[in-house]
Amino acid sequence: MKSITVFRQFGEMLVAIAIAPLFAGWIAQCRAWMQNRSAPPLIQPYRMLRKLFDKDVALAETASPLFRITPYILFGTMVLAAAIIPSLATDLPFARAADAIALIGLFATARVFLSLAAMDIGTAFGTMGARREMMIGFLAEPALLMILFNAFLLFGSTALPSLVDGYRAHPSLMDPSIIFAAVAFVMVLLAENARLPIDNPTTHLELTMIHEAMLLEYSARHLALVEWASNLKLFNYACIGFALFIPWGIATHSADGVVAMLISDAALAIKLIVAGAALALIESLSAKVRIFRAPEYLAMSFLLAVLGLLVHLLLGAKQA
Amino acid sequence: MTLDFPTIPLPANIACTQTTVDAAEWQRAIEQLKITGAAFVTLWGTDDRDLNNRFQMHAVFLTPTGLIVLHHPLEPGTANLEPTYPTLAQLFPTAARMERATRDLLGIASTAADQRPWLLHSAAPTYPLRHDPAVCHSERSEESPHFARAATTPYPFLQVEGDGVHEIAVGPVHASIIEPGHFRFSVVGEKVIRLEARLGYTHRGIAKLFESQQQQEAHRLAARVSGDSAIAFAWAYCAALEALTATACPLRASRLRALALEHERIANHLGDLGALGNDAGFAFGLTQFSRLKEDFLRANQAAFGARYLLDYIIPGGVAVDLPQEAYAHLIHLYRTTDREVADLRTIYDEHGGLQDRFREAGHLSLNQAEELGAIGLVARASGIAQDLRVDHPSAPYDTLATQMVTETTGDVAARVQVRFREVFESLRLCRALLADLSHTSVETAPIAIPISIAEPNRLGIGIIEGWRGPVLIALETGPNGTIRRCHAHDPSWQNWPLIEYAIRGNIVPDFPLINKSFNLSYSGPDG
Repeated sequence: MKSITVFRQFGEMLVAIAIAPLFAGWIAQCRAWMQNRSAPPLIQPYRMLRKLFDKDVALAETASPLFRITPYILFGTMVLAAAIIPSLATDLPFARAADAIALIGLFATARVFLSLAAMDIGTAFGTMGARREMMIGFLAEPALLMILFNAFLLFGSTALPSLVDGYRAHPSLMDPSIIFAAVAFVMVLLAENARLPIDNPTTHLELTMIHEAMLLEYSARHLALVEWASNLKLFNYACIGFALFIPWGIATHSADGVVAMLISDAALAIKLIVAGAALALIESLSAKVRIFRAPEYLAMSFLLAVLGLLVHLLLGAKQA
Repeated sequence: MTLDFPTIPLPANIACTQTTVDAAEWQRAIEQLKITGAAFVTLWGTDDRDLNNRFQMHAVFLTPTGLIVLHHPLEPGTANLEPTYPTLAQLFPTAARMERATRDLLGIASTAADQRPWLLHSAAPTYPLRHDPAVCHSERSEESPHFARAATTPYPFLQVEGDGVHEIAVGPVHASIIEPGHFRFSVVGEKVIRLEARLGYTHRGIAKLFESQQQQEAHRLAARVSGDSAIAFAWAYCAALEALTATACPLRASRLRALALEHERIANHLGDLGALGNDAGFAFGLTQFSRLKEDFLRANQAAFGARYLLDYIIPGGVAVDLPQEAYAHLIHLYRTTDREVADLRTIYDEHGGLQDRFREAGHLSLNQAEELGAIGLVARASGIAQDLRVDHPSAPYDTLATQMVTETTGDVAARVQVRFREVFESLRLCRALLADLSHTSVETAPIAIPISIAEPNRLGIGIIEGWRGPVLIALETGPNGTIRRCHAHDPSWQNWPLIEYAIRGNIVPDFPLINKSFNLSYSGPDG
């Protein structure tokens, strides 16, 4: 293994850890602008993390070790996920060990731990949040899998880096099915990252919360890690989207060297800026749906992904 | 005639009669009032043992011909038994909590089954509104069943039993900075089977504090009963005092009062409309309506000298006249607000996601609202045509031809629409009032006249349609310009129990939205 690939692998993980809060800050800023508010500074999420790390933990008496280790597990799984998503380059040693289905498994692991930790203290809100999170999760995961199948069908691989390499090598393989998958993916992204219209990340109404309700008992460094993991999750989802639908600029196996790295950095920055603004626009335009509309919403996403598959098969048959 | 009892007039700012009844007559009078469709407004108790050796209960009802006040001197209690009176709650369910609060403050009980403490959560050393704390102190030791229980046992919420039913306890401390209240949900999954609220956390002893005030000064305390209804409470207080002293408030002052009252209504409605959007996840609405509300608060500061209009209304008139430059500014403000609220209303009405949340959420049918005794804005959203500005207009509303706003569906969407339409109607009233005001100048029309001291031991009532509903002040005078007893009634008393009905069958995450569509006061009824 070349040292450059190892450097790239860890570089990519560090970049993800470092700029995930920035991405969240950018979305918050765009949201504020779109709602005619004066925006918080871009670095507000970092300030929040620093504040939380400076504080002492207040731990419920009923907290078990599970409650305390969950923040580390969450953070760990999200960093690991960042390691196998080709956000900057496709030549990732870790990515060979895990394909996109394993990636979904990683997210599911994080969800299970967070839900268990939320129920650990025994308050009504934690359980309520965990219950709702599982409802969203079991609907979102199959939809996400269907979306990935769209890409797998195109290139015959379940590893994200080979998908990107495939796209870059054969741009003509871009298929109309991808459009369906892309719409479905945005819907899943919003639902999975506790954004409007499914959940409201800025709400203070404890009875309406999903994700936030699970975090109510966390404080200080635990809360900081959970928040950071949430930022990373959103960043990871964005990067999955980039890899699946707009892979241009990502440094491929064939394109080695400093120039390719610089191009991929710049491409990622531009994509994040545009995607953040687009997410903020979607969120500003929507109201939160009644929670029992969430299954309809996710079923729609699933349906779109299936339609994408059908379109691909129909077109493929014609070509054959 | 609604009642077949001899009645005599009572000083008030609208037509008002009173009658004194014994226990059997009290019961009969309540039944008659229920049959004739009178609306129950408020009740309170007084310690009149220094006058006639009795405690007295007072209840106020609103009929199409005006207010009817019942006085009922209680039979004295015995050493082990509190004085009691027949309950109103069977016919007027919203009276139940007021009766419990009266018991906390005065130690006189109704015959209702539910005698849990309401305002004073744990044992208070004395009944605060009794005039002889020494006597009741000895009464309040361990042998007094009421207070021994309050001190030692937890508050028993009604339990819902069955498969899969569990409880969610919310508050009194909430995730955001709002007033404190405890809500106990019994739910199956996300569906609410039953909600029981427990309030009283902001009890400040307003009624007791009134007793230490001078008549000429207490309007300031009245304005602080519920800060978002400062004008309504202060006006109701001043109206009661003016009725007692037979003072006629100058017309210019009445118009300025009405202008301030409509400003208060508009500012609160705008704030609520924004918050309702935000609670449905539509933050754009909050920022836009907050901006419009802020414009009104700043205009209040410039025109009336206070953002939330505290201490603008004084006995006999108002504190300051409109500054000359305010006229043009206010006309401009009304015009822009009118236009922008119309734009925002279109956005709200055409936003599918928002309407999906609003419609059919927190439904309160006309039948429920009538049976339970809804009042004010909530009643109008369920189709009850009831607005003091229309039904019993006093100056200056008698010349304004206020349009009543009612909706029929009784859900969150209806309460949103009532707010929108009331904003437009209030803007129209403001323009009319401002036009009238600009025709008279200060030199020819005074804005306040001196007010004399009222005779002792007389009762006067002021009732004003605040933005939530009718706000009532019952003022009983003491010697030398003091206050013997002053009861301040917030319409939230009636509408709090209705939320418990409106939420039934809805899902837990819709509660904040439904609650916000009522937007009731905590501090007002807590006193």
